[in-house]
Amino acid sequence: MLSLEEGGFALFLVLLAFACLIVAGKTFDQVMAFHASVGALIAAGGVFYIFKNYFDDGGVQIPQEIDGKPNYNLGPIKFGAVAAMFWGIAGFTVGLIIALQLAYPALNFDLPWTNFGRLRPLHTSAVIFAFGGNVLLATSMYVVQRTSRARMPGKILPWFVIVGYNVFILIAGTGYLLGVTQSKEYAEPEWYADLWLTIVWVAYLLLFLGTIWKRKEPHIYVANWFYLAFIVTIAMLHITNNLAVPVSIYSTQSVIVWSGVQDAMVQWWYGHNAVGFFLTAGFLAIMYYFVPKRAERPVYSYRLSIVHFWALIFIYIWAGPHHLHYTALPQWASTLGATFSIILWMPSWGGMINGLMTLSGAWDKLRTDPVLRMMVVSVAFYGMSTFEGPLMSLRAVNSLSHYTDWTIGHVHSGALGWVGYISFGALYCLVPWLWNKKSLYSLKLVDWHFWVSTIGIVLYITAMWVSGIMQGLMWRAYDSLGFLEYSFIETVEAMHPFYVVRALGGALFVIGALIMAYNLWMTVRYGEAEEAEAAPTGSLAAAE
Amino acid sequence: MSIWSKHQIFEKNSFVLLIGILVAVSIGGLVEIAPLFYLKSTIEKTEGMRPYTPLELAGREIYIREGCYLCHSQMVRPMRDELERYGHYSLAAESMYDHPFQWGSKRTGPDLARVGGKYSDAWHVEHLIDPRSLVPASIMPGYPFLAENELEIRDIENMLKANMFVGVPYTDEQLASAKMDIRAQAMPDSDAAYEFVERWPTAIVRDYDGNPEKVTEMDAMVAYLQMLGTLVDFSIYDDKANLR
Repeated sequence: MLSLEEGGFALFLVLLAFACLIVAGKTFDQVMAFHASVGALIAAGGVFYIFKNYFDDGGVQIPQEIDGKPNYNLGPIKFGAVAAMFWGIAGFTVGLIIALQLAYPALNFDLPWTNFGRLRPLHTSAVIFAFGGNVLLATSMYVVQRTSRARMPGKILPWFVIVGYNVFILIAGTGYLLGVTQSKEYAEPEWYADLWLTIVWVAYLLLFLGTIWKRKEPHIYVANWFYLAFIVTIAMLHITNNLAVPVSIYSTQSVIVWSGVQDAMVQWWYGHNAVGFFLTAGFLAIMYYFVPKRAERPVYSYRLSIVHFWALIFIYIWAGPHHLHYTALPQWASTLGATFSIILWMPSWGGMINGLMTLSGAWDKLRTDPVLRMMVVSVAFYGMSTFEGPLMSLRAVNSLSHYTDWTIGHVHSGALGWVGYISFGALYCLVPWLWNKKSLYSLKLVDWHFWVSTIGIVLYITAMWVSGIMQGLMWRAYDSLGFLEYSFIETVEAMHPFYVVRALGGALFVIGALIMAYNLWMTVRYGEAEEAEAAPTGSLAAAE
Repeated sequence: MSIWSKHQIFEKNSFVLLIGILVAVSIGGLVEIAPLFYLKSTIEKTEGMRPYTPLELAGREIYIREGCYLCHSQMVRPMRDELERYGHYSLAAESMYDHPFQWGSKRTGPDLARVGGKYSDAWHVEHLIDPRSLVPASIMPGYPFLAENELEIRDIENMLKANMFVGVPYTDEQLASAKMDIRAQAMPDSDAAYEFVERWPTAIVRDYDGNPEKVTEMDAMVAYLQMLGTLVDFSIYDDKANLR
């Protein structure tokens, strides 16, 4: 018999495929027709997969345990790890292209689908949601199973989550190139993509909670607190920020319910907490699992993790309005945002200390293990950008830094240094575990990846510091007669050398990622197989 | 130990943990967002503000589609250099019909909140087609295809309806004639233009792209750019009216 789960998903996908076909047939909007056709095809493919799978295995139940050990579900995690590497290289490359466009504008080619304005959201979404998102999905599925000592629930559900999420990426990304965007930064996908993501996200929450409910451990491990906060809060932010009225169900366009000041506040409440919960809480969860595991040491302080967790999630949510200093948003709101940004420094550094001090007694491993070094440097970058952030949230500093490249530099010290490196570290750990290999193909190549991309990051952020601060100062410079000293275009011209340096830094980062992809491919292809799977180490017993 | 052991309730019960997280992440947003819907300074009424005409609204959609907001802000801050470079600081009311807002976060190019009327239509057309023909050091992409693409008008009524649904005060008459008006505003010699002016007394009718053959995306884009920041007359604006 087809299980309720299989039947339910099959029915849902059949209905979805028909709905997509109707929309594709009736719309005059070519992009909508394209997206609806893609949706119908993939939904039909899903139905086919469910039935094929059912007839292949005759509907037998997958054992929850084999020889008394949990039978972990690794397939969807492998998919996520491969997707992360693929989207990562794609996203970094698009970043390099748009960096070059800013230095050499002829590279825009003046075509709709190659212009900076359409490629920039493609870059940000590809690195944050496609690369980062797949890393988060893959690691969270791994960590929650391991620390709960239970198999994820469902046969279709985990695949629905990981494939469904990547379908969202595909629809969003192709949409940007074809001019479909609602112009909310880091929330550019239009209403139908948002709706699909909401469905996938709820399924993800159920999958994650479902695994926790099946746990054999009495305690929920600290990494899972952070993953859960990330999943729940992103749901809240995504739904609120994207509330919109479609122009029609056959149209790609929609109208956001919020406007003006209220929309600005909602957007940056979303935007800053996409940083706080997607790019921080989720990746802190990775830190709390992979750093202790790789260092073979327990988390430094259980109490610090508790304070870190609650203080971070409570305080982060207030910080958004520091993006709106001196705007039409009331001053009390932006000042309140800045105040909480300063307070936020404490839990941020508390978390950094908890991560770094986990290496107590294992510092020598930094010399021998480049993967651990990458994760430790990542935590150091986290410390640096969470110090720079509060500084930039101050009114006086922000009056200079806002609207300039300093912001771009700040984002990238967090994104390349913190999110990038902790993700690379996690993938370097995860790939041998997932494909049951003794070790990576080459630690030497990890070393190369580390140094090449570190030089890239340093070039990137120093170039942006100089260009940002310089442009901010040039905008407000007055000559001795009391006139503005520079026209706007003079400040643009002055940026050119720094844009070239930034592109060079980006190129090094891309090269590093290519080295990594080669290394991981060789690990999977030619790595030596692990004999017997090692039992979970004691270092991850619930931190107490 | 006593106080720390109390935390176990969160660690052993996923629902308690879930509720705890929800409470912790809800408070900040509520405190910061909810007041903005009733504070006088954020819902100020200012003379001159009107919804976008259909053509301007279509232009705004193109501005969004091409990602202009990624390099151009629309928010003049109250600082000496910005006031001199761009004009009066931006008011909350000036973006009250912007669903979503276009304040931006980066000035790779200059602020556009008050660009309306600063350059001629011909300058904008030439600049959008080939920015470096007018500003040699510009790093802006060119948008020659705007001048060629005929403006898509089939969904304009639905667009206005969706805006009305979220509170933009279009009249029923403006809605009914949207399809006519979107073309009329770019065809100054047509009869429809006379009717348009009656419905939209403060809007400007011009052949924005200088091409009388057809109404293009360039018409819409330039119409939008040329009205930005021009609705409020600052010689009569009372900056004390919305203080409390």
